[in-house]
Amino acid sequence: MLDLPLVGALVATACFGLVVLYGASGEDSGTVIRQAVRLAMGLTAMTVIACISPHLFRVWAPAFYALGIVLLVMVAFLGEGRGAQRWLDLGFLRFQPSEILKLSLPMMLAWYMHRSSLPPGWRQLLVSLVIVAVPAVLIARQPDLGTAMLVATSGLFVVFLAGLSWRLISFFCVSAMALAPVLWHFMHDYQRGRVLTFLNPESDPLGSGWNIIQSKIAVGSGGLFGKGWMNSTQAHLEFLPERSTDFVLAVLAEEFGLLGVLLLFALYLYIIGRCLWLAGQAKDSFSRLLAGALGLTFFVYVMVNAGMISGLLPVVGVPLPLISYGGTSLISLLTSFGLIMSVYSHRRLLNRY
Amino acid sequence: MKAPARKPVRDAVREAAIFRARAQTGFLLVCLVFAVLSGRYFYLQVISHDEFITRAEDNRVKYRALAPNRGLIMDRNGVILADNRPAYRLELIPEQVPELDATLAELGELLEISDADIQRFHKLRKARRSFQAVPLKLRLDEAQVARFAVDRHHFPGVDIVPYQTRVYPLGENLAHVVGYVGQLDADDLRSVDSGRYAATSHIGKIGLEQAYENMLHGEVGREKVETNVQGRILRSLDKAPAQPGHNLYLTIDSTLQQLAMASLGDYTGAIVAIEPGSGEVLAMVSQPGYDPNAFVAGLSVADYQALIQSSRRPLFNRALRGGYEPGSTIKPYMALAGLENGIIELDTTMMSRGYFQLPGQPRRYRDWKRGGHGEVDVVKALEESVNVFFFDLASKMGIDAIHAYLDQFGFGRPTGIDLNGEAKGILPSRAWKRATMGEPWYPGETVIAGIGQGFNVTTPLQLAHASAVLAARGESGQPHLVRHVGFEPAAGDADQPVARPVTRISAARADHIEAVIDGMIAVVHGKRGSARAIAADKPPFVMAGKSGTAQVFGLAQDEEYVEDEVPRHLRDHALFVAFAPADQPSIALAVVVEHGGGGSTVAAPIARQLIDAHLGHGTEEIAAQ
Repeated sequence: MLDLPLVGALVATACFGLVVLYGASGEDSGTVIRQAVRLAMGLTAMTVIACISPHLFRVWAPAFYALGIVLLVMVAFLGEGRGAQRWLDLGFLRFQPSEILKLSLPMMLAWYMHRSSLPPGWRQLLVSLVIVAVPAVLIARQPDLGTAMLVATSGLFVVFLAGLSWRLISFFCVSAMALAPVLWHFMHDYQRGRVLTFLNPESDPLGSGWNIIQSKIAVGSGGLFGKGWMNSTQAHLEFLPERSTDFVLAVLAEEFGLLGVLLLFALYLYIIGRCLWLAGQAKDSFSRLLAGALGLTFFVYVMVNAGMISGLLPVVGVPLPLISYGGTSLISLLTSFGLIMSVYSHRRLLNRY
Repeated sequence: MKAPARKPVRDAVREAAIFRARAQTGFLLVCLVFAVLSGRYFYLQVISHDEFITRAEDNRVKYRALAPNRGLIMDRNGVILADNRPAYRLELIPEQVPELDATLAELGELLEISDADIQRFHKLRKARRSFQAVPLKLRLDEAQVARFAVDRHHFPGVDIVPYQTRVYPLGENLAHVVGYVGQLDADDLRSVDSGRYAATSHIGKIGLEQAYENMLHGEVGREKVETNVQGRILRSLDKAPAQPGHNLYLTIDSTLQQLAMASLGDYTGAIVAIEPGSGEVLAMVSQPGYDPNAFVAGLSVADYQALIQSSRRPLFNRALRGGYEPGSTIKPYMALAGLENGIIELDTTMMSRGYFQLPGQPRRYRDWKRGGHGEVDVVKALEESVNVFFFDLASKMGIDAIHAYLDQFGFGRPTGIDLNGEAKGILPSRAWKRATMGEPWYPGETVIAGIGQGFNVTTPLQLAHASAVLAARGESGQPHLVRHVGFEPAAGDADQPVARPVTRISAARADHIEAVIDGMIAVVHGKRGSARAIAADKPPFVMAGKSGTAQVFGLAQDEEYVEDEVPRHLRDHALFVAFAPADQPSIALAVVVEHGGGGSTVAAPIARQLIDAHLGHGTEEIAAQ
């Protein structure tokens, strides 16, 4: 049921992550063990999902989507968290409903696209936009703009892969750019601050520009070969913030140099390529679109995080997939790989749509 | 495309081909982005490597934050109420201290550092970056500075740094107005912009220091410094000096304030004096006060507990937050309400026989004077504080009209003065009682509301403000303590006045207001005026006043209140509101003396004394005191 080349690449990347985490956490084996346990849980979840037929996901997609929306609405009223309301406490567990949307939104859109003949036209585009906008607005209001954009992107990939005409795509892009000032108007002050700091980090070197400056110093001082494992001065002198979570790539870049970064990129590129290939093998459009969109979404995570670490993109709270310390995102990520593999391994069963 | 009937005939092969084409395009874009990212990392790690390696090595070159000087606070005559004085504090830069605990222990032996200092240091350290200096002990004396200077080389990362500390020259006289600054703690750092407070050790905790923190603080400066291995600063590379905070120029007259504070003597209580019309607060006193300077240096736990647990509650701002039954001080507003609502006319009289009864009810609402006052009109009703007149008036007017009219004077809601934490008091109404007690309004409650008893609760500030509105003939600005914020005193009319809301009573007829004021003048100057004792010397000005008594405990209907037989803490609160000169008032005030007994005996003389001082009358006697 599992696609061994993909599993191999995922495990290799995650193990690389554990090695980096050991250095980044200040040689704390507890951190590494906790992360390894989560990795094992994630791989188990992935295997289970891979064994389930995508037919089942398709049937349940609308219900799953609706559940996610209901939970998001609940968060708006009952959620907790410092400053932002992102968490839902069910007594026995606490989680971010936005994680569910990372899977259920592309599933819903794939289900919707699957219902009619492709490529989609105007009408499908408009309905899709509504399906995307409802959860995206709810998440953005938490406020968690980063996740909202990622979730929205995963949905738009489905539409893109379904073959939306280039004319409509360009029209859509132009409209989105025209709406940027409106978005700016609705942003929170701290979000605007992040954008302004991104444009000129030196304007506030002790405050919000700190992260970007220190991160770039870490990356740049790593050089071609790096300072060596556990030799990150930026991290060990605590110049680098959140060095085990969102900024772990800066530690990797400082300790393993450009070669380490390129190795990681190569692994990521292989994973993405493999996902798209697996998706292409599926026989029905639901499976194809879902798997393809999940693969491309994974790429966006990498792009946003690597862009932020190197100062190409503003700082948003996005972890580096498979490397950053933290459980929820790792598990939902591996679950999505489980979905992709399920699509591939059940392709013959779904010959008829 | 042929129009399909219902389900379109799907071209599975074509759909798969479309997907594959899109997936390939997508992958191409992915590769392109990875190429861009790789290029960016190549640029940072190979091309700019030398620059960044220097910057990483150069962690010894640091940004040091420079604390701004806090703005000063001055009274209306330029007397300084909050000043800055140079002092020295001991600071640690945690990153540069090799063994923190050992160093703290050694420093403790050398410089008498308390456990509280160390606890605060650890809390503060967590909220700041490891290269930022964290204060350990403030206000070092000269001997300590000298002792440390000798041993300085033993303590890398530790330094004595000059800073400005806050001093309140008038101490407890203005503690409740000016407030104080206290040491910035980790909680404060979470609520402020930590960059802006990177070098600041104190923050406004209460009073104007807190309410105007943003303006007083100023803007942090930045210095780029070169340091050696031990972290000692070798030279300054670049400097952006700190911008000092704005000064506050208050409406307070500190002479009047001190006199008001002294006038209460041993009593607890509150006094608020306001300039009618403008709403400028001339004095705002809550007795007892406390020494704000003690809070700046850091109070010991025992001292703080003593302040908190004191039965006299020195930390409680009675002027702003104290709630008192207004008693008879409400009568002028009731009288005006009656006139304006057409319940009584200027020439309406009634017969006072010493009690009032609601039709068909046995209960007698008694006057303070047995046998009554005889024939009473509105002026006499105020002069002699005739309860029965107001029982009758209130019962005829009804609680809805009373509430509607008195609301215009600002009773039952905060005045909006520029201090935090103002209490709103209670101006009872049907809706209020339903909402808070879930009960309907009873006619008997209207009767006692007419003499300011029952549910009525006001703050001294509200009383003073309402009296200022009346004194200014129906229109007065929102009470405020800060006249001007800036670097120089406001130049009179050239100064841009801050737009403030104005309290205005609707459609008050001038002759109605004058009649009420005549009644209040008679209180002080009349033959039978309830406070005539304070004008027995025939002062060269006319003042208007009204006494009041706030019950502390309820008497049974047939009990007599004999002041001397009641223990002091159960005695009634004495109230007096006044303004002068009556025709063109420049001061309106409210005096509340807790457990002072009747309003005219204790509170009224205080009001007279303050008005004398304000109008420059009898200053010789005051100076002689």
